[in-house]
Amino acid sequence: MSDPHRGTTAVIGTGITNRWDAPGFSAFDQLQEASILALEDAGLSLGDVDGLFCAMSVSGLPVLNVAEKLGLNIRHADGTMAGGSSFIFHMRSAMAALNAGLCDVALIAYGSNQRSAGGRLVPMPDPQPYEAPYKALYPISSYALAAQRHMHEFGTTRAQLAEIAVAARKWAQLNPAAFERDDLTVEDVLASRIVSDPLSKADCCLVTDGGGALVMTRADRARDHAAPAYLLGVGTAVSHRQIAAMPDLTTSCAVQSGREAYRMAGLGPGEVDHVMVYDAFTICTLMFLEDLGFCAKGEGGAFCASGAIAPGGSLPVNTNGGGLSCNHPGMYGIFTVIEAVEQLRGRCGARQVAGAEVALAHANGGVLSSQATAILGTAATI
Amino acid sequence: MITDSRFDGPGPDSRWQAALAEGRFLIQRCAPCGAAQFPPSLACRSCGAAAPAMVEASGRGTIYSTTTVRKRDGSHNVSIIDLAEGARMMSRVEGDPDRVRIGRPVAARIVTTEDGAPLVVFDIVGAAK
Repeated sequence: MSDPHRGTTAVIGTGITNRWDAPGFSAFDQLQEASILALEDAGLSLGDVDGLFCAMSVSGLPVLNVAEKLGLNIRHADGTMAGGSSFIFHMRSAMAALNAGLCDVALIAYGSNQRSAGGRLVPMPDPQPYEAPYKALYPISSYALAAQRHMHEFGTTRAQLAEIAVAARKWAQLNPAAFERDDLTVEDVLASRIVSDPLSKADCCLVTDGGGALVMTRADRARDHAAPAYLLGVGTAVSHRQIAAMPDLTTSCAVQSGREAYRMAGLGPGEVDHVMVYDAFTICTLMFLEDLGFCAKGEGGAFCASGAIAPGGSLPVNTNGGGLSCNHPGMYGIFTVIEAVEQLRGRCGARQVAGAEVALAHANGGVLSSQATAILGTAATI
Repeated sequence: MITDSRFDGPGPDSRWQAALAEGRFLIQRCAPCGAAQFPPSLACRSCGAAAPAMVEASGRGTIYSTTTVRKRDGSHNVSIIDLAEGARMMSRVEGDPDRVRIGRPVAARIVTTEDGAPLVVFDIVGAAK
């Protein structure tokens, strides 16, 4: 029996600034440009937006600031902050709000200027007194601890992780909007400076500026728009805040968010044509592909090193180049959804996945802390 | 009675810090379900019971995972320790970072940091000094 939410809402517009290094352009400027582009893409205007969903690292009150700046007259809002996965939490919330009639046009938006503002993740007021005194590098040491445990339990190697960075770069070379497009080899990654064992600089995502936005509406309204990407299933989960509180360092609660998304969609990993997973670090791609069922737990290293996820492989993963090579403004999750939608619409040029009907976008927040999975499909999947 | 006496007094974070300043390393042990937990909280994360009790930790544990933070001005260890009681915490294993391995038994001690604060760190048990 099909879930009552399946396919009831759709993404009808995407906006992406592609401004990954934009001095003088604020986080709010990035968000506003992306919002305008997304609404134009949807054939709507700012005056049509009555539901606003946003999260930013530079503001504790993004809904208020964005509504003021864009002159929105909203009757529904959600500023859930779950880190980089927030925007898929927002999609689930928007799906519920749209279906409940609480709003008709939902704008989900994000912007950041972390690169031009100094090139570091902007620290949010969120003290961690039980971890801070040990001077772990945040967030890389948390992911390094997960990678180290994965290597210990399953024999995963640094060379296998390096293949993930190389695959992302090969996809980025097919994406004219990607920030890093120079050649990259496994040897380059292995020779890169170790920051927190076993992760090197080349295992880390980029630090860029950027803005992204999505427009969602109910399926009955979406039919009037060009190539809607229907939301077939969406799941969210939170397992911890600090890395030492993660129940099992080798398995994230993407297992839970994925299970809910697959259940709602009535689909399994074998029916997914295109995959986007939030690759803040190389270990993330590996873990999420395991946790979402694209390979067995412990086999992610061999799977990724086989060429399966690179251009020409059996499973197109992170086709924009990912956080590793396309862009990473700090809370990258919205860009996984934008690329998934654009693949379903067939607008991805040299990196287009032929015949993509079902796409999965997965995002991570905190330090493997929050996980959110969206499964989107073309009209043929409804 | 306006306030609930189970939550009277300083909160668990304050009580934990105060004990550490006196040289005592505490964790929590839930009386109803027996689960140990760290960091302290007003709720048992295993069974949901309110206000789990603070108890002295044995200080024994094993290394669950470990990383060496490499900076230009030197390297230091960051590890996650599985405490013998069943709770888990972030800490630092002292000594040569390159000798720290997952699975090694460790024992806690309290040191004083450069800024004068007490801190729980671990030594590998049986390691040559």
